[in-house]
Amino acid sequence: MANIKKEKGNGKLLRHLKRTWVLYLFILPMIIYIVLFNYLPMYGIQLAFKDYRPTDGIWGSAWVGLEHFKTFFESYQFKDLLWNTLSLSFYSLIAGFPMPIIFALFLNYITKKRFKKTAQMITYAPHFISTVVYCGMILIFLSSDGIINQLLMILGIDPVGFLSNPENFRHIYVWSGVLQGIGWGSIMYISVLTSVGPELHEAATVDGASRFQRLIYIDIPSIMPTMVIMLIMRAGEIMDLGFEKAFLLQNSINLEYSEIISTYVYKIGIQGGQFSYSAAIGLFNNVINLLLLVVVNKIAKRVSDVSLW
Amino acid sequence: MKKLKKMSKSDRLFLFIVYTTVALISVMILYPLWFVIIASISDPNLVATGEVLLLPKGITFEGFKYIFRDPRIWSGYYNTIRYTVVGTMLALFITIPAGYALSRTDMKGRGIIMKLLIVTKYFSGGLIPTYLVVDALGLVNTPYVLMILGSFSVFNLILCRTYFLNTMPVELQEAAEIDGCGIFQYFMKIVIPLSKSIIAIMVLYYAVGHWNSFFNGLVYVTDSDLYPLQLILRDILITGQSVDPSTVDPESLELMKQIARTIQYGVIIVSSLPVLVLYPFVQKHFVKGVMIGSVKG
Repeated sequence: MANIKKEKGNGKLLRHLKRTWVLYLFILPMIIYIVLFNYLPMYGIQLAFKDYRPTDGIWGSAWVGLEHFKTFFESYQFKDLLWNTLSLSFYSLIAGFPMPIIFALFLNYITKKRFKKTAQMITYAPHFISTVVYCGMILIFLSSDGIINQLLMILGIDPVGFLSNPENFRHIYVWSGVLQGIGWGSIMYISVLTSVGPELHEAATVDGASRFQRLIYIDIPSIMPTMVIMLIMRAGEIMDLGFEKAFLLQNSINLEYSEIISTYVYKIGIQGGQFSYSAAIGLFNNVINLLLLVVVNKIAKRVSDVSLW
Repeated sequence: MKKLKKMSKSDRLFLFIVYTTVALISVMILYPLWFVIIASISDPNLVATGEVLLLPKGITFEGFKYIFRDPRIWSGYYNTIRYTVVGTMLALFITIPAGYALSRTDMKGRGIIMKLLIVTKYFSGGLIPTYLVVDALGLVNTPYVLMILGSFSVFNLILCRTYFLNTMPVELQEAAEIDGCGIFQYFMKIVIPLSKSIIAIMVLYYAVGHWNSFFNGLVYVTDSDLYPLQLILRDILITGQSVDPSTVDPESLELMKQIARTIQYGVIIVSSLPVLVLYPFVQKHFVKGVMIGSVKG
């Protein structure tokens, strides 16, 4: 009796597979990709706790425990790297997060269709410019004889040494990022705003609410959940600050401000060949990231009932 | 106009702020792009003295002449085109079928697979372990690594899956099954033709990603014959090696120094041209992609 039942169960699975095996074939290329490039590297994290020698391989190299982490925490760069990474990231977040929201809220009140479409077309464009080109433009425009200084001169303002003062690195990094992301970042909010029913706005108008009041009392609450989700996601990227832009805008003058963990990992790992040490630093970076994500998600859940999981 | 008169003072002020802010931001973004265009075809001396502000002056195509004579540009262009074309096709092959499979409720284990995918978004092995895997696969310093890496993104997969979930009616699938249509046949004959818009979005996202990709080239390729355009651009725009010293005689080298800036402006245009030309036509697809993503929240 039991045997028959078992056969029946197997038969069911077999029938299911016979019908749907194609679906598993469909995900096979993706599985291969993520195993190779996402999960195998995770297995390689053990490098951070070993003294990697190419001849011994990842598995054969000797364990050294937390030695690399200790070396990193005690190194003179540690404080600067962590501070640069965190400050640049929080600055980007504080300046970059509200801007697309404000832009979306404003665009929502523009009734002239052509004007709105043109503004959207223009502001989305920088999203498609490569980081290399964008950084190149920043460096050319802000140079001592660049167009920004030429415009300032026309206005009767003395030229500014944007690039010669290393402290400016942060502002250049952050505000150029804000300008690049303001349009693209607003799309999601615009789509939520347009889904707000017109009845609510009409009712408010009848009650004598001004446009500004409608923005505050109708629009902002309607995009609140999206805002929270976006904020949580950004929090998970705090330490994941764009390598490319920092690396490309970096030079010997501003290194003191522009060296962040990811550029440092690249330099000592890929360029310097200290695989284990840089893997340890990379892991430290990842763990902090994950912690931030979990913490912010928890806070968001408690405060606003919106969370990623 | 009548409406404007009826408006309260605060509303008029509000709209004034709204319109000026949006206009100001648009100008701040548009002007640099416009300036690159006019500066690239203007007399370098006039650009340097600040006389070229709104329209090109002393039109010359010297800069472009040098750019097209530079073999680095050609090889970079060739490399980037092949990485982008092959990479994008590979990306479609990986993402579209997987997105469809994961959108079907009759696929067992899809919950686990989605979780495994989400994990990769928030935790990764990091640069060095990934480099060692790529190295072990024998892909370092080959063109393949730049075609393969960047040909899958969890974000794009979720976009596809959401699209299929929202647009493919289960009734259609059931009806096809009753008619004896297998899953593969159904996917090829019905799903794909009905999914042109998501395929277009995927092509655009992946193609732009490959075209603009810089990091992977920097890390995985050291042979300058394999350099994608973005690495060449870094030399010209950032490191300031506007001139390929090996191929130019001293006399023109002196001349090139003068128009180094013009060359930089020109290179920006030459490299961004495919994206910029297509951009106005495909912009709505890009936006649609974000909208699909936001439905899921």
